[in-house]
Amino acid sequence: MTVAASPARAGMVTTPVRQSSGAVAELRVVGMVWERELIRYVRTRTRILSGLIQPVLFLFVLGYGMSGLVGTVGGFNFHEFVYPGVVAMSVVMTAMFSALSIVWDREFGFLREMLIAPVQRSTLVLGKMFGGATVAAMQGTIMLVLAPLVGIELTALLVVQMICLELLMAVAMTTFGVFVASRISKMESFQVVMQMLLLPMLFLSGALFPLNGLPPWLAFITRLNPLTYAIAPFRQVIFEAQHMSAVAKRHFSTTVTWFGWPLPTWLELLIVLCFAAIFFVLAVRGLSKTE
Amino acid sequence: MAAVVSSGVERDPAVPGRGDTPPAVEVRGVTKSFGELIAVNDISFEVAQGEIFAFLGPNGAGKSTTISILCTLARPTSGSATVGGYDVVTEARHVRRHIGLVFQEQTLDDQLTAEENLRFHAVLYGVPSSQVDGRISRVMELVALSDRRRDLVSTYSGGMARRLEIARGMLHTPRVLFLDEPTVGLDPQTRALIWEDIHRLRHEEGVTIFLTTHYMDEAENAARIAIIDHGEIIALDTPDALKGSVGSDTITLETADDDGALTALRVAGYRVRRAENGLTVYVEDEEAAVGPLVATAGVPVHTVRVHRPTLDDVFLHYTGREIRDQHGEGGVPMFARAHGAHRR
Ligand SMILES: Nc1ncnc2c1ncn2[C@@H]1O[C@H](COP(=O)(O)OP(=O)(O)O)[C@@H](O)[C@H]1O
Ligand SMILES: [Mg+2]
Repeated sequence: MTVAASPARAGMVTTPVRQSSGAVAELRVVGMVWERELIRYVRTRTRILSGLIQPVLFLFVLGYGMSGLVGTVGGFNFHEFVYPGVVAMSVVMTAMFSALSIVWDREFGFLREMLIAPVQRSTLVLGKMFGGATVAAMQGTIMLVLAPLVGIELTALLVVQMICLELLMAVAMTTFGVFVASRISKMESFQVVMQMLLLPMLFLSGALFPLNGLPPWLAFITRLNPLTYAIAPFRQVIFEAQHMSAVAKRHFSTTVTWFGWPLPTWLELLIVLCFAAIFFVLAVRGLSKTE
Repeated sequence: MAAVVSSGVERDPAVPGRGDTPPAVEVRGVTKSFGELIAVNDISFEVAQGEIFAFLGPNGAGKSTTISILCTLARPTSGSATVGGYDVVTEARHVRRHIGLVFQEQTLDDQLTAEENLRFHAVLYGVPSSQVDGRISRVMELVALSDRRRDLVSTYSGGMARRLEIARGMLHTPRVLFLDEPTVGLDPQTRALIWEDIHRLRHEEGVTIFLTTHYMDEAENAARIAIIDHGEIIALDTPDALKGSVGSDTITLETADDDGALTALRVAGYRVRRAENGLTVYVEDEEAAVGPLVATAGVPVHTVRVHRPTLDDVFLHYTGREIRDQHGEGGVPMFARAHGAHRR
């Protein structure tokens, strides 16, 4: 249709933009959604701070409190044990918060702006996922400053390994969060989800206590939790960089077992990836049902 | 009276751009029901390219539902519609590329700056990188917000946010811009500014504008108005024709001798009746009629009051009630909340 031929367009000074589409355009959108996530993270300093305070509380209150109870085993303390879990906790909470901000976006209308655009839903979820993963890994990296305080030694290699595992963990949690958020229509439900879903997931993941020696039913639940498989390798790489005695290694075990069979690390990572993929599909579906 | 149609009837008013180009919006027998409730009932109309077309009706009339259908956000229960030549059901993606949409509720991210909001939109709609900056400057100019470009949207007033949304809707050079109650809950000055924006967009960017409103006085800015009530289009025409359809202009005179004036005017061929205090004369064009009328009356005239039918009269005529009945005078507090609440 030749729009410019219309008399009503006589005064027209603008030629229509030729909108691009296809893979490159979708990738640009992924980048834009990612960028927005970063901008918002950097602008809300209270969020960065609150994302720091809770894990720090756990680290010092729980870590040192339990240290008295558990005592030092082979020169290794409980707060050293709990440190990886606490870093993971802050990563997971930041990722989840980032994903669940979709509930805010719905409440304040911005979700509509995204959903009516001529782009794939999966593109939006992908952008959200990378955005959530990036800010979560940033938050996790901030937590590194606490390592010396609890006597954890950092090496360059360890930092790189930690960031990679944080990203993986955060990817899984962001897609999970987007899926959950796509099913929440009210702001009030947000708090409930955070309390009823996130905290149990964290507590039942081995982040704050060793997974060996649990009663069977509790052990079983922890094995259903995707976070379990993300936190174990995370703790493993950190512990490997420490000079732990054999006694301490046995006492603060990092292996997840299935009916006594210890899972290799690659399988744990694969499980996390699978969870991420499943949540991704569910998240895209959930968003498609919106509107 | 022939100028007014009920829903479902085809007509072809003299509108610029009509005839040589396909309509920007074409709606044929669209119905939308939500369970038992029929929100839109068998409506048909066309919007010409470059036209400003208004949907006027009270709350719950079905205005937003119609916009949702045209913007592919809701499927019609029956009937069909095209926007920019594309079918809203089978070619939804094409439709979405060629429309701009400003919702009744605010949809900005107020933790971003105006520019960031626009950039986000430009990427969503595939505006080429080389053109993004130019388009952003252009649309910010169109709504006179250039100097606030780098400010956080959270610092914007309700009216500025609305105008920013209009600018955003224009960013990807849509063929049709849909505005759902663009002025609701805003003060009169801001409303006037928004109307200036709308006319400027139409004139300078040549976009077709489809808007809804429940403000009678504003609807007059549109080239044509469809009055919608309970999901049905009860009248559709230019504002003048609509007003003409419900009656002529009237002039009410208070004179020193009403009986004498009545006789003199009737003899001269005027249609006159006695009013509560004075005489009511029916005329074609109130302004031109006053002089001759006073002269013809032949008695001293104390007061002259002229009345031209308004869209309120039109609405009253077709529905038997006033549009304001729905939600109190102007309904401002309610809508102000709807917008105000959307700020973080
Ligand atoms: N998603 C929906 N589900 C059920 N009823 C709806 C829905 N959307 C709108 N309605 C109803 O349809 C009617 C028309 O609504 P709407 O189009 O929003 O009116 P307007 O925009 O003219 O105020 C109203 O009675 C409203 O309650
Ligand atoms: Mg509405």
